[in-house]
Amino acid sequence: MALTGLQIYKLLPQTNCKECGFPTCLAFAMKLAAKQAELSACPYVSEEAKAQLDAAAAPPIRLVSVAGPGHRVEVGNETVIFRHEKTFYHPPGLFLRVKDSWPLEQVKGAAKEAMDYTVIYVGMNLHLDGVAVEAASGDPETFAAAVKAVQEVTDRPLILMASDPAALKAGLTAADGTRPLLYAATAENWQAVAEIAKSANVPVAVRADSLDDLADLTEKVKGAGIQDIVLDPGVRDPAGTLVTLTQLRRLALKKNFRPLGFPIITFPGEGASDVIEEAQLAAEHIAKYAGFIVLDRFAPEMAYALLAWRVNIYTNPQEPIKVQPGIYEINSPTADAPVMITTNFSITYFSVANEVDGSGLPGWLLVADAEGMSVLTAWAAGKFDAEKIAKTVKTTGIEEKITHRKLIIPGAVAVLMGEVEEELPGWQILVGPREAVDLPGYLKLWKSF
Amino acid sequence: MPVEIPVEQWPGRVIEETIGANPAEGGTRSRVVKVGGENTLPFLFTDGEMPNLPRIAIEIADRRPTEWSPLLLEAWGDVVDDPAKWAKAAEEAGADLVLLQLSLTRDGGNPTTAADAKALTRAVLQATGLPILVFGPGQVDADNELLVAVAEEAAGERIVLGICEEKNYRTIVAAAMANGHLVNGRTAMDVNLAKQLNILIADMGLPLDRIIMDPTTASLGYGIEYGYSVMERLRLAALQGDKMTQFPMLVTPGFEAWRQKEAKVGEGVPASWGDWRQRAVLWEALTASDLILAGADIVVLRHPETVKRVRTFIERLMAK
Repeated sequence: MALTGLQIYKLLPQTNCKECGFPTCLAFAMKLAAKQAELSACPYVSEEAKAQLDAAAAPPIRLVSVAGPGHRVEVGNETVIFRHEKTFYHPPGLFLRVKDSWPLEQVKGAAKEAMDYTVIYVGMNLHLDGVAVEAASGDPETFAAAVKAVQEVTDRPLILMASDPAALKAGLTAADGTRPLLYAATAENWQAVAEIAKSANVPVAVRADSLDDLADLTEKVKGAGIQDIVLDPGVRDPAGTLVTLTQLRRLALKKNFRPLGFPIITFPGEGASDVIEEAQLAAEHIAKYAGFIVLDRFAPEMAYALLAWRVNIYTNPQEPIKVQPGIYEINSPTADAPVMITTNFSITYFSVANEVDGSGLPGWLLVADAEGMSVLTAWAAGKFDAEKIAKTVKTTGIEEKITHRKLIIPGAVAVLMGEVEEELPGWQILVGPREAVDLPGYLKLWKSF
Repeated sequence: MPVEIPVEQWPGRVIEETIGANPAEGGTRSRVVKVGGENTLPFLFTDGEMPNLPRIAIEIADRRPTEWSPLLLEAWGDVVDDPAKWAKAAEEAGADLVLLQLSLTRDGGNPTTAADAKALTRAVLQATGLPILVFGPGQVDADNELLVAVAEEAAGERIVLGICEEKNYRTIVAAAMANGHLVNGRTAMDVNLAKQLNILIADMGLPLDRIIMDPTTASLGYGIEYGYSVMERLRLAALQGDKMTQFPMLVTPGFEAWRQKEAKVGEGVPASWGDWRQRAVLWEALTASDLILAGADIVVLRHPETVKRVRTFIERLMAK
């Protein structure tokens, strides 16, 4: 946690030599606290003070990254407990687990299906982040073969899961040139695992079944020279996970408790009996503080729901996702194609645009600058009223592109019809459906209106 | 290394409320349901207590809801033609509460009258022993007319009247006061609007343990994060001691999820959306589960399979 100016001042030489460029040590300390100066500007600061200041400047939850040849995942470095306090920054990595005890073709097939999966949501291409390979066979060579097989089908990062250090080492060799997460160091094997992680400079997960033991273990692993640590507190049920992960987040952010200031890995599939239950648990972990989530099941509908939820929760609440106001041409509209208007909240825009696009019918979609609010919210806030609608029609230049004068307004703001007619003389105002999903049916009938 | 676990004890507590009245209390319910009463964020039993688990209401329509997804109509079968049978089926499907949603019109297009609303309410009360909620069509004038009639018909049953909004709260609250009911106060997703409506309702003299707040919500993928954060903020305010936010929260994930294409339709959607049946239940179940984590005390659901899923999730979260 950041130190205050006064706390920093106590660590400085307090000689007011001015060589840092500031008139006093206190002034320099204030600038340091505000991150407007660098400690290196002080030639006389002691090594001990430097170490303390460096430690204090480190984030309360360490940023840990894993990488494959084509994709990198960074998790941790979160600063709040509730997203409304600021925002959540680093979405948890979603991994699918495969086991080396399966036939190699099955390992490859499962990994490929999950890694090839992609879904478009509000204009974004979403996908899962990587594969966790578990050494269930007990044989290091079999494990290495499975790791190689997975790398044939994906360039995303890996999590190598084994309790036997020999297996981890074999897996790491097979994954040479990438940055996998090693899972896991325990009270039994931590020395050997830490040594492997240190020599390969890769992050390592530590597992213990109580926070006391977990803190002991991270200190030992840190003592062995490992900085990039991930926590597995051993909980698998939804209640215990919620409580424990909340406690870990609080310990890191409120107590600046360094031994547990790391991202957390969870295994929702171990506490679930099928796809829907696993999705419910994973959704809890996305909202409440996981950094890596290892899934045991894959289904497209599950992946879509979890990926959308992850975007939702990690959306910055201070900045609604907006699209550019203006004219959007869908399916090459001609001068006689229908004109619709909606707001520039991205979810609203994409809901409407996708429906029109999917209908195969041409249309002009006008997007009003409603400050990133949905139709009803913007209407209630006075950002999508008759005046704004009229202004959008006039300033976008749609009148030069079409020969008719009919405008479809969203059904949710049907009450605006009369006012819009007054604002737009010569235009006929049509009330469209309330929900975007009903637009294709509506547009088929449009010519008859 | 002994780790000192941070515990957060809050000065505030959500009001515990009772929905439904049994014969001894002047009603006819065979079960009454308590909601609220928690003095912790959801399920953090190391911080405080949560005496009542979040409750599940099943929404039933007052006539065949032709606009509903075919999956919902298929799941419920013929009972959707008869609100009384539907209420009974909802009880059998595991509901804690039954929510009767009145429509603006009856079959054939005639407006729903006060007499219709009374008859429907009576039929549902007779068909199920569970406490009920009755929501109007959501148009201020119609809601006023229909809900006053409903309140009179169900006098003494301690039902929940909705939707009570800023525009019509006077009428609805008066009807609740006169007949011993609760109100569901709905506002657009905004902490201050929710609080303001609670103040207006309380100022009329309705006992505080008869106010439920409904901060409006949205579906997974369609703005749920707004509702989620508004609920977290309302609950934090309640726990910090802000009396006018200390009400149980009701949200309608069933309505929100099922109006989205992900749940509603099976054709003309990308292959990457996967299996429709599973996706539909998943969409509703995740929307509800996520809102429960944000502090929902009552979730209103539509599909019987979702009810089972959400019930299991709640029970597992309650396991200490």
